[in-house]
Formats: sequence, structure tokens, C-alpha cells
Amino acid sequence: MNRWDKFLDTFFNAKVMAKYLPDILSGVVLTIELALAIIVTGLLAGLFLALVRSLGIRPLNWLIIFVVDLFRSLPPLVVIVLVYFGLPSAGLAPSAFVSTWLSLAFVLMAFAEEIFWAGITATAKGQWEASRSTGLSFVQTLLYVILPQALRLTIAPLTNRTIAITKGTALGTVVALHEILGMASSAVSNSYNPSPLMMGAAAYLVLFLPVVVAARWVETKFAWKR
Amino acid sequence: MPPIVSAKAIHKHFGTLHVLKGVDLDVAERELVFVIGPSGSGKSTLLRCLNRLEEPSAGSIVVDGIDMLSPRTDINHARQRIGMVFQSFNLYPHMTALGNVTLALRKVADKSRVEADTIGRAALERVGLADRAHHRPAELSGGQQQRVAIARAIALEPRVMLFDEPTSALDPELVGSVLAVMRSLRESGMTMIVVSHEMGFARAAADRVVFMDDGQIVEQGPPLKIFESPQHERTRAFIGQIQRH
Ligand SMILES: Nc1ncnc2c1ncn2[C@@H]1O[C@H](COP(=O)(O)OP(=O)(O)OP(=O)(O)O)[C@@H](O)[C@H]1O
Ligand SMILES: [Mg+2]
Repeated sequence: MNRWDKFLDTFFNAKVMAKYLPDILSGVVLTIELALAIIVTGLLAGLFLALVRSLGIRPLNWLIIFVVDLFRSLPPLVVIVLVYFGLPSAGLAPSAFVSTWLSLAFVLMAFAEEIFWAGITATAKGQWEASRSTGLSFVQTLLYVILPQALRLTIAPLTNRTIAITKGTALGTVVALHEILGMASSAVSNSYNPSPLMMGAAAYLVLFLPVVVAARWVETKFAWKR
Repeated sequence: MPPIVSAKAIHKHFGTLHVLKGVDLDVAERELVFVIGPSGSGKSTLLRCLNRLEEPSAGSIVVDGIDMLSPRTDINHARQRIGMVFQSFNLYPHMTALGNVTLALRKVADKSRVEADTIGRAALERVGLADRAHHRPAELSGGQQQRVAIARAIALEPRVMLFDEPTSALDPELVGSVLAVMRSLRESGMTMIVVSHEMGFARAAADRVVFMDDGQIVEQGPPLKIFESPQHERTRAFIGQIQRH
């Protein structure tokens, strides 16, 4: 066996790959489900907090800022471990999926809230005044005048942050979640061959490369013109 | 006939800053009142109190029979009767000219989209911008943007229009088009309160000029009287100063 064949046999072993392909695919499905759950709940919760914050109720805002700062400073891995190993002592026993989902959704919520909030505050005071002076209520102004402008400002940072946090699904391995990386690494230890890792890497590429490319497109499309 | 705008003993504090110190202002229907005064004298604050964009600390404001400061007043409803035009236009950048004009018609005045569009187009027509209905603010000149802002206000058929330095953000060659629209509004009988430094316009079109200084109305009267023979030293100094420019 020459070097090249040896390399292929080690990293791209067809037999091993065929054997573990179904495992990796099930990991892909789980990763997609998890990612979608995180994105939908995290972004909605973040938007909701930013909207509540815009009401300007002091004690509520302190609470929001505290929660947001907390989840922005804790490493996501620490949050996952705390939820998965910590909550059972409080009588709750979330599954690996639920733990990873909740943890990353909270982290995304925190970052998203800050980004939405920045968008809302960056929208000029004059926009509020013009809208209110024509009789639109606070909520209508927020909905029809402020948010459309704020969302446009937030699209680029929000997409980047969402991608970064969604990639964190790989952290689920520490709580034995059967997502792509978890499937790949257990396949590696069972087969004594690193080929499944290559498949895992390929799966991440297939999943995230289109998203990254789409994000780049969105960024240029929505670049702010006044 | 009772005044259409009646503000009595308006005070406004910003923290420890006493910005309006008991201002009384009655405006008759169809009257054009010009408000002048040095920077920081409280002109904008007074206008913004009239439609309660700013909450007065004390006093009473009645517009078109509505007690603006009563907690029972539906302020969003009342504000439709008071149009406001800002120095910085404040058009919604994400909407077309027509979208800007029709938003409140649809959301506040409860018009259908078709009705709102008809009214909106007529309003744009009045400011000479019928052909710009589908342009975004970024595609319009400053003068055109300000005319769209005027259309946005008049589309709601207000009883009073408030102008806060409507031409001071404009290049000199664009001022005329906005003043022309204001003049035609005036000719249609609109009651207007205008904060502005356009003295030529004041002379030609104002019924009354109000001079404010330090949160108070110092002197008021017909334009000629205020500009040619002001009674108070402060008015004289201010008039002299702006006429030298
Ligand atoms: N929201 C606010 N908070 C604190 N102070 C304010 C606020 N708005 C206005 N002021 C102060 O109130 C005073 C009057 O302001 P106002 O804008 O009414 O003056 P103005 O006569 O319109 O001046 P200008 O000609 O410069 O527009 C100023 O000293 C200003 O700094
Ligand atoms: Mg002002």
C-alpha cells in the first residue's frame, strides 16, 4: 500500500463510511431539527424581549438587561452543562436535546435582544414623532415605522450571530446528544477509523455553507440605503 | 367665534430647566401665526406641547374643542386634527411617498387601501408631487421630501397645521417650493402656526407674529408692527439681528 492509498484508507475508508452513513444522516436530521428549534425560539424570544424593553418599564428592563448580560457572558458550553447536569437536582430532567436546545436558544435570545434593541434605538427619534403626530399609537408606530427599519439594520449582525450559535449544536456532544459530531465521534471509536469524522465535517459543510453564502447575499441586498 | 387653538398658562420643565414660563396663545380659525425668537427660547417646545408630543408641566390646551391634556381624551384621535411638519422631514425611509401619506389614513382613520390611495394621491397632487407617488424619500430632493411630509399631514384633513422650521434644513434654491405649498395651504383657509426665520414669508402671509424669548411671549402683533416698530428692547434686538443676515 503506498502512502496515498494509506491516507485514503484511513480518512476516507469506503467500507467504514458506508457502514456509518445512516448514523451520520440521522445526526444530520437531528442537527437540522435542533438548529431550527434554536433559531425560531431564540430569535422570537429575543425580539419579544426587545419589544418589551422598548416599553420602558424600569424594573422589567433591569431584569431583561440582567438576563441578557448573563447569557452573553457565559460560554454556551457551560450553559448546556449546567442545564443538563444541574436541572435534575432541581427535580427536572431535560433530555440532551432539550438541554442543548434551551441553552442555545437562551444564548441566541440574549444576543438577538441586544441586536434588535440596537436597531430600535438607532431608528431616529424623529420617526417616532412623525408617526405619533399623525395619530398612530405607540404599538402601531413600533410595528409599521420602527421595526421595519430596525429589522433592516439588524439583518447582517443577526445572521452572523445566528450562524455562530447554531454551529454550537456540536456542543451537544458533551451531553451525549446524537447530533452530527456525536454520531461521528462514536463511530470513530467503534470503527477505530477517523473516516466518520470526515463525513461529519462534510455534513457540516453541506449544512452551513449554503447558509453562509445566503447570509452574504442577504447582507449586500439589505445594505442600508437612505 | 372661539379660537381653534387655545393654550393657557403653559409651563414646561425639563428637570430643573424651566423652558416655558406661562405661555398663553389663542389662534383663530384661518389665522396664520408666525412664531419667532432666539434659539432655545422654547418655540419648538411650545409647538410640541400643542399636540402633546411633549407633556406640559402645567396649563391647559384646547384644540378644536378638544381638551388635549385631559386623561379622557383619545390623544391618537385628537392628533389627526393637528398636522405637524418637522425641520428634518422625518419621512419613513422604507416607504414610498404614497406609503408615507397613506399610513395614518389606513391605520388611524380606518380607510381602505383604495380610499387611502385616492386621498393620498390627491394630497400629493396638492403639493405638486403626483408624479412622485412611488418614489422613496431617498430618491427625492429635500424640498420634495418636505412637501411629501406636508402631504402626509394634510391628507388627514387637520384643523390646524404646526410647522417647526420647515425650510431651515433646505438648500436656499429649494425653499421657494415649500413656501409656495404653504402659501396655497394658507389660501385654502388652513389655520397655521409656523416657527420659522423666513421673514419675507412672514411679512407676506402672516396675520400675526409672536416673539418669544426665554420661555415667554414678549410681544405680538401684525408683521409690520413687529418688524418695523417693535415695542420691547429684546424684540428690537432680535429683529435687528436677523435683518442684518
Ligand atoms: N427633551 C428635552 N430635554 C431637555 N431639555 C430640552 C428638551 N427639549 C428641549 N430642551 C431645552 O429646552 C430649551 C428650549 O428648546 P426649544 O427646542 O423649544 O427651543 P427653540 O426655541 O425651538 O430653539 P431653536 O431655535 O434652536 O430650535 C432649550 O434650552 C433646550 O435645550
Ligand atoms: Mg426649535
